[in-house]
Amino acid sequence: MIINVNECTDFRVLNKRVRDTADKDIVIKGCIGQRYIATGAGEKKVTVHGTPGNALGAYLNGGEVYVYGNAQDATGDTMNGGAIIIHGDAGDATGYAMRGGKIYVKGNTGYRAGIHMKEYLDLKPVIVIGGRAGSFLGEYQAGGIIVVLGLNGDGMPIINNFCATGMHGGRIYLRCGKLPHKIPSQVRAEKINGESDMQLKGIVEDYCRYFDGMNAGELLNANFFLITPNEENPYQRMYTDN
Amino acid sequence: MDTFIPAGYEVVRDAERCTGCGVCERQCANGVHKFDKSTGKMIADSNKCVNCHRCVCMCPTHALKIVKSDDTYRLNANWSAQTMNEVYRQANSGGVLLSSMGNPNDYPVYFNKILLNASQVTNPPIDPLREPMETAVYLGKKDVEIKRDSQGRLIDTLAPQLKLSTPIMFSAMSYGSISYNAHESLARAAEELGIYYNTGEGGLHKDFYKYGKNTIVQVASGRFGVHAEYLETAAAIEIKMGQGAKPGIGGHLPGMKISDDVSKTRMIPKGVDAISPAPHHDIYSIEDLRQLIYTIKEATGYKKPIIVKIAAVHNVAAIASGVARSGADIIAIDGFRGGTGAAPTRIRDNVGIPIELALARVDERLRDEGIRDSVSVVVAGSVHSSADVVKAVALGADACYIGTAALLALGCHLCRNCHTGKCNWGIATQRADLVKRLNPDLGYKRLVNLITAWTHEIKEMMGGMGINSIEALRGNRLMLRGVGLNETELKVLGIRHAGEDM
Repeated sequence: MIINVNECTDFRVLNKRVRDTADKDIVIKGCIGQRYIATGAGEKKVTVHGTPGNALGAYLNGGEVYVYGNAQDATGDTMNGGAIIIHGDAGDATGYAMRGGKIYVKGNTGYRAGIHMKEYLDLKPVIVIGGRAGSFLGEYQAGGIIVVLGLNGDGMPIINNFCATGMHGGRIYLRCGKLPHKIPSQVRAEKINGESDMQLKGIVEDYCRYFDGMNAGELLNANFFLITPNEENPYQRMYTDN
Repeated sequence: MDTFIPAGYEVVRDAERCTGCGVCERQCANGVHKFDKSTGKMIADSNKCVNCHRCVCMCPTHALKIVKSDDTYRLNANWSAQTMNEVYRQANSGGVLLSSMGNPNDYPVYFNKILLNASQVTNPPIDPLREPMETAVYLGKKDVEIKRDSQGRLIDTLAPQLKLSTPIMFSAMSYGSISYNAHESLARAAEELGIYYNTGEGGLHKDFYKYGKNTIVQVASGRFGVHAEYLETAAAIEIKMGQGAKPGIGGHLPGMKISDDVSKTRMIPKGVDAISPAPHHDIYSIEDLRQLIYTIKEATGYKKPIIVKIAAVHNVAAIASGVARSGADIIAIDGFRGGTGAAPTRIRDNVGIPIELALARVDERLRDEGIRDSVSVVVAGSVHSSADVVKAVALGADACYIGTAALLALGCHLCRNCHTGKCNWGIATQRADLVKRLNPDLGYKRLVNLITAWTHEIKEMMGGMGINSIEALRGNRLMLRGVGLNETELKVLGIRHAGEDM
């Protein structure tokens, strides 16, 4: 089903059509800021041409969402499964409290990406950012994997301040020669070669399948920093019974 | 060098009554009681006692009592023993003081300074035993635009509503902070009573999906256990912005309390700390809150009311006004005396305002702005009795949440040690041997008894005022009078002093 929308289309009308159709393949053309597209969806393929609004694919429970344009804030909020593929940039709070599925962004993401990401049994969320990420990347991270590839080639740092603050689970891979910012003492950064990490290899190979002109081999043949919780210096219990 | 802190309470055993049966020893998870082989007698270590009264209640010969210790520091009206002990605890450990249940300090309880009216001679009282009394309330947006179709028939544009048989619900308590059996008791009681219980932020156990019609699920900053099916199962969804016991503070369920089952319900690995950050990191404005509300409405097809729970803080009326405009169907306000499974003592005891004052201001503000009907108001934070419910409704509430009273019905004795996870009553614990002490078959009956009794009392108080429908009592502040309140307090509450006539 193809849905043509314009700036006058109310998000409720659009989303109701996406929700109610039995068609499993939906293409939205001319999207301009309509929020909550594919929220709570599963088993559907939704392709968005233009610019979807906030909370794209929140509570997504399966299926695929493709965006040919930039996504806004809160993409994949509390997402449980499925894939969101963005051929552009993503705004703030991408993948907030995400529990499963994957979000692949070709360009950059804003503040607070992957914040409070968690994993559970076979649910292991993945976020891959092609360009750079804003401050607070992976704050409170409790599980899952975040990868930042730093492909902009503009010399700007690929992360900003307060990366991995409060992180107590999961992994963050940063593709860069040296860490641009300090990380908290409760997490550790280990320098690795991308090819040596099988988990990273699988993710990057999968990412490259979605974007033209990306070569996994080239991307992996580089220095990465792997950030994980520091078991030797965990966040201490700070309470005393009263 | 740790400073020794003497026990606040002493276990006293009547040697003549004690048969040495050992029930007290088996019942105490804190290891207070033991059999002393050298003397052939039971002995007790009062320093381990939390005064939960489990042993007192279970002793078959009633040989035990717990008394306030008469050990005393040199009396000082400025430095109480409690305050001194807190300094010692922090000097010993370097930790932030952690407490449970509601603020126990001696702040005014405004409900106790408000009196209800009754009819005499004219507008006679109604006897609820012989005349119908309506206690049912509907929670949700009531501001509908009247629309008719071409035939002139009314088009139903009413937003989704929660129907309560009586204006009382069980407030948010997560699985993790309380036990499986406590949750089962609450769920079954809510179903039988035609009211709702609230999962808190710990997710919903698979076994309890069948009570979905009477379940309010929570979406908090940690988003534990939140997924499409969870939202779909519930009757309503509550976004937790704040909690009365710890406004501005998040939650932290330590890994040791994340049992196998709790891990499944929260959808996080076993043994890993569950941290709920203080803010939702995607909410920095009313507009952001609106976004989360509509995300949930979109995910559930606009079929369920959305509740936004906030703590009663100084600026609560302005915040509530913003929440009412954000698309929320119901606002829940939690006063500074509200309970908790664990909160930093200083926050619990010093932050927030009384629910009575917050409610009065919120109701007035929403009326002044002409948006009272766009949202229902539910209040919490030490609703002790049916009289408090009636007073809250007359101050403007649509319904009340009760937490502590419900736990008392399940056996809680307010020892305020929930955070240790060793609740001898099987409520605030995940230890299987303790959880099984709370029998949900009996527990749910006791909750049904409590709410049924309160509902009878509500009807009697309403009848006394000559009011036969709880809706007609809502915001009817002429039914209230203050006693011993100053002018500012009366003004904030919007009521007159006792003795002032209509």
